[in-house]
Amino acid sequence: MSDERPFPHRHLLTLDGYSREDVTQVLDTAEAFFEVSRRPVRKVPTLRGKTVLHLFYEDSTRTRTSFELAAKRLSADTLNLSVKTSSVKKGESLNDTCRTLGAMHPDIVVIRHAASGAPHYVAKKMECRVVNAGDGMHAHPTQALLDAFTIRRNKGTLEGLKVAILGDIAHSRVARSNCRLLRLFGCDVHVAGPRTLVPKHFAEAFDVTVHDRVEPALEGADVVMALRIQRERLSEALLPSLREYSRLFGLDRERLGLAEEDAIVMHPGPMNRGVEIQPDVADGPQSVILDQVEAGVATRMAVLYLLLGQGEG
Amino acid sequence: MRELMDAEAARRTLRRVAAEVVEATGGAGELGVVGIRRGGAPVAAILAEEIARAGGPTVPVGEIDIALYRDDAATALPSPKIGPSAIPFEVRGKDVLLVDDVLQTGRTIRAAIEGLLDYGRPRRIWLAVLLDRGGRELPIAADFVGKTVDAGPEVRIEVRLSDDDQPQGAFAATEEDQ
Repeated sequence: MSDERPFPHRHLLTLDGYSREDVTQVLDTAEAFFEVSRRPVRKVPTLRGKTVLHLFYEDSTRTRTSFELAAKRLSADTLNLSVKTSSVKKGESLNDTCRTLGAMHPDIVVIRHAASGAPHYVAKKMECRVVNAGDGMHAHPTQALLDAFTIRRNKGTLEGLKVAILGDIAHSRVARSNCRLLRLFGCDVHVAGPRTLVPKHFAEAFDVTVHDRVEPALEGADVVMALRIQRERLSEALLPSLREYSRLFGLDRERLGLAEEDAIVMHPGPMNRGVEIQPDVADGPQSVILDQVEAGVATRMAVLYLLLGQGEG
Repeated sequence: MRELMDAEAARRTLRRVAAEVVEATGGAGELGVVGIRRGGAPVAAILAEEIARAGGPTVPVGEIDIALYRDDAATALPSPKIGPSAIPFEVRGKDVLLVDDVLQTGRTIRAAIEGLLDYGRPRRIWLAVLLDRGGRELPIAADFVGKTVDAGPEVRIEVRLSDDDQPQGAFAATEEDQ
C-alpha cells in the first residue's frame, strides 16, 4: 500500500543519499507530529520502552532541548551526556565511549561533535541508529529538515523558490545541509558573504550560485536565511570587525526590501542581534524564526519515529 | 467477492444507527462525532448528517489517526503513514461517538480511545460501527452496530465509497478472489 512506505534509512548522518521522497516522507510525518504538539496532552505513547541517548560533545542548548523534548513527547526514555560531566574529560576515546554506551543498548544515539565525521564513526561502532545533531563544519541535517518544514508551511511548497543564505558559509554545517536539501527540490539557492567566508568550490559542490555581496542574492528571494557570525572568526583575521560586517553584509530592513514582499526571514539561532541581523528584521512581520523552533520538535519527532519505526533489525 | 451490503442498504443502515444514537443519547445534545482514520472518517460524516436528519442537532465531526497509539507501533511496521488528527471541538465533558467502518480485533478501538483521551476527558465515549465481523482480541463491544457478519480471519472486508465519500456497499473477499 502506498501509505506504508518503509523508510529506507537506518541513520540520519547527512542528507547525502536521501532522496526527495525520503525528505518528503520526513516532512509529511512531521506535519502529524506538529498537530500532537498543540493538543492538551502533548505526548504520544509510540516509542515507549525505547531509549534515546543524547551525546553532546559541543555546547548546545536549543538543539539538545529540542531533541530531548521530541523524544519525551514520543514517550521514549532519554539520557543526556554532555562533555562537562562525562568521562570524555577524563580522556576516554570516542571508541571506548561507543563500547561503553553500546553495552547500555540504546535504540538511538543523537550526537553532536566538533569533528566532522564523528557521527559516521559512531554509526560504524554501534548497533543502534544514529542521528547527527551537528558535526564540525560538515552537516546538520535535522536543521535543514526543520528549515524545509518551516518553508513549506509558510510558502506552501519548496519547489522553485529562490533562497538566499547569508553569512559565514565556509564554517557552516547549516548552510551545507540546507544547500543539499533545497537543491533536491529545485530551489534556486544563492549563498553570499565576505570572500573570506564563502568558499569558491561551493558553487560546484552544491550546485548553487555564489556571491561576495548580499544584494544580488537577496534580489527577488522568497526565503532569506541569515547565519550566525562567530566571534572566533575575528581572531582568525577572516573578518575586520563585527561593525564592518553588519554594515556590508548584515540583514537590515533596507536590504530585505530587495527580496519579494512576502519573503520569509529565517535564522538557525542563536542570533547576534545587530550583527548578521537587525532586531527590527528578526522581530518583524516577515520573521519565522520562532516557527523554526516549534518546527524543530515536530521534525525531530518525525526523524526518531521513522528511524525506529522500520521494525527490528 | 461477496456483497454484504449494497449502497442502498448501507444508507438505510446508517439512518437506523443514527436514529438509535439520537434516542440513546437523549437527543444528541452534547454529542460530538469522531471517525477513526481512514475508514471510519467518511462513515462518521454520513452519520452526523443522518443524526441531524433524525431530529438531532447539527453535531461537530472530527477524525482521529491512531498510528501513534498502535500497540505494535515501534515493532510491526514498515512505518505506517501518520495522518493528521483533527478534532474541532472541546472533548472535555462531551459525549463522543467514535465511529469505524469495520470492527474486528478491537485493537484499533483501544488505540482510538487512548488517543481521544489525550484531547480531554469526555463524559462518555460511545462506539458505532458499520460492520461487526467478530474476531475480538480485546474486551471491546460496540454500542451501535450496522450489521453483524460472520467472517473468518482469512476474509478481507472492504467498505467502498464513491468519489464524494458516499458508501457504495460492503464486500467480502477471500485470497482466492483476488
